[in-house]
Amino acid sequence: MNIIVPVKLVPDLVEEFSIDTSGTALDTAWLRMIINEFDDHAIEQAILLKERTGALVTILSTNVEGVDDLLFAAAAKGADKIIKLNGDIESGINNHALARAMATIIRDLKPDLILTGVQAHNDLDGSIGPQLAEYLGMPYIGYISGVNVSGDKAIVRKEYPGGLIGEMQVSLPALLGIQAAEQPPRYVAISKVRQMMKTVSIEELELSTLDSSGAPIVNRMFQPETGERATMLSENADEAANQLINIFKDLGTL
Amino acid sequence: MNQDIFVAIEHLRGKVSDISYIMLAAARVLAQTTGGKVVAILLGKDAQSLASKFNADTVLYVDHPLLLDFNPEDYQKTLTGIIDEYRPRAVFFGQTTIGMDIVGGISARLGLPLVSSVRTIEADSKLISQICGGKIMAECDLPATTALITLVPGGYKPEQGQSTQSPPVTTIPVQQLDDLRIKLNQYIEPETGDVDISKESLLIAVGRGIQTQDNISLAEELAQAIGGVVCASRPVVDQGWLPTSRLVGKSGSTVKPKIYLAIGISGAPEHVEAITGSDVIIAINTDPAAPIFNIAKYGTTADLFDLVPALTEQIRNIKG
Repeated sequence: MNIIVPVKLVPDLVEEFSIDTSGTALDTAWLRMIINEFDDHAIEQAILLKERTGALVTILSTNVEGVDDLLFAAAAKGADKIIKLNGDIESGINNHALARAMATIIRDLKPDLILTGVQAHNDLDGSIGPQLAEYLGMPYIGYISGVNVSGDKAIVRKEYPGGLIGEMQVSLPALLGIQAAEQPPRYVAISKVRQMMKTVSIEELELSTLDSSGAPIVNRMFQPETGERATMLSENADEAANQLINIFKDLGTL
Repeated sequence: MNQDIFVAIEHLRGKVSDISYIMLAAARVLAQTTGGKVVAILLGKDAQSLASKFNADTVLYVDHPLLLDFNPEDYQKTLTGIIDEYRPRAVFFGQTTIGMDIVGGISARLGLPLVSSVRTIEADSKLISQICGGKIMAECDLPATTALITLVPGGYKPEQGQSTQSPPVTTIPVQQLDDLRIKLNQYIEPETGDVDISKESLLIAVGRGIQTQDNISLAEELAQAIGGVVCASRPVVDQGWLPTSRLVGKSGSTVKPKIYLAIGISGAPEHVEAITGSDVIIAINTDPAAPIFNIAKYGTTADLFDLVPALTEQIRNIKG
């Protein structure tokens, strides 16, 4: 079985965000970029399937600064092949453009299953999975938290509100948007990642012309105005504890 | 293209989802600027009665046994056909486990623009999206052709999308729904036997800031001391540190306690939408820019690893 996992980097949400001089995009110059957490789960799910049933796992990402670390980490986890996609991707790529360009490349890789993160926090034109699936002519199911492959079908657990699960069956090839792997993404030692850097070669492919149509044009970005912000208590833990005790007393909890 | 605003209604096991009413409310706002009608699209099997409270000018209803339950493939096929035929000014989808499964495919298939994470509609049909875990807002114009919009909760109340007068329902023909590649086998009910956090009045919620599984005990000790129950945001449950029955958020439970103490939770929209019914939200987070402080009544940037044990100890002293 041939499993492809397209992944991407996103700004780390713990960072302080600011808007660039154009006023229409994030200033990413100083932002720490990390793997989209749902993509990390997609990698884990792919490796789990490989361990269970045997599969060739290929990780695919655009060639942006910092992506090598993520790709070597995936190799250390058990991915068989890693591919970087080159192209004019610094100028603010969106999911529509990426899905179109990636579809051409992925089609040639002849996947049985594509697993990708169900969303990324900076998506503004929908998530990439369903678009990619449509360009590839594959069925798509998202919000998946468990996958089993049996013959030419996958049995998946789709999440609904309130903890309800829909067990669905889908014919392969198919694309699944992963919400959570069946187990947390595994940890790999830095030493193992370093070893991969010496032994694994990253294949590079060229993305075709990027066509952004279908994605919105941003007039402006801004940080949310905080009308009624929280009443801030002390930054000192002991003082804050005292204040909280009083609040709990006022609310009748203590 | 006409000026009408369509809403792709979502329902699950016989109940209309709140997001459907929130979409109807947003659609009404947008329809007032375009001058069109609000049209609800309802797919189902013997489900006309679900439309009774829609604040819509009209309802287009499709009836088919395969539409009894949500299946991304037959929903997408059916809605693609309807949107292609009617070409409304805009179509709302929920930014949900249902809407997000199908809207991207429709955008790709019909070549229609898609704006996601929209929270409010402002003057001149400006769409305001909320991204980056609630830390950034983006303003876009309503795209020039039939626009697909996914809506997050928070901008409008479900009541605004409800009406005491039932709208007229027109049944329209079904697309071909053969050769489906996706099939719903069964629903698996949520785990039971654990506490029902949606009914608890004092919740101690932990998020990514708790850092390790061992640290969950800090929250458990506090909960035990004060008489509350521990719950969590998505990252904690995905790590397997707490069971899914304790998950608060989009695919977990919606809660409405008297006190919601959020420890190390940033306040991403998927989490916030499930806690806005709380009487009092108190947030502990070292990041002063964390969006949780925008909805909390009280907040502190004190380090949780100092504050939570101190708080537990004080409560124990008071309670003896």
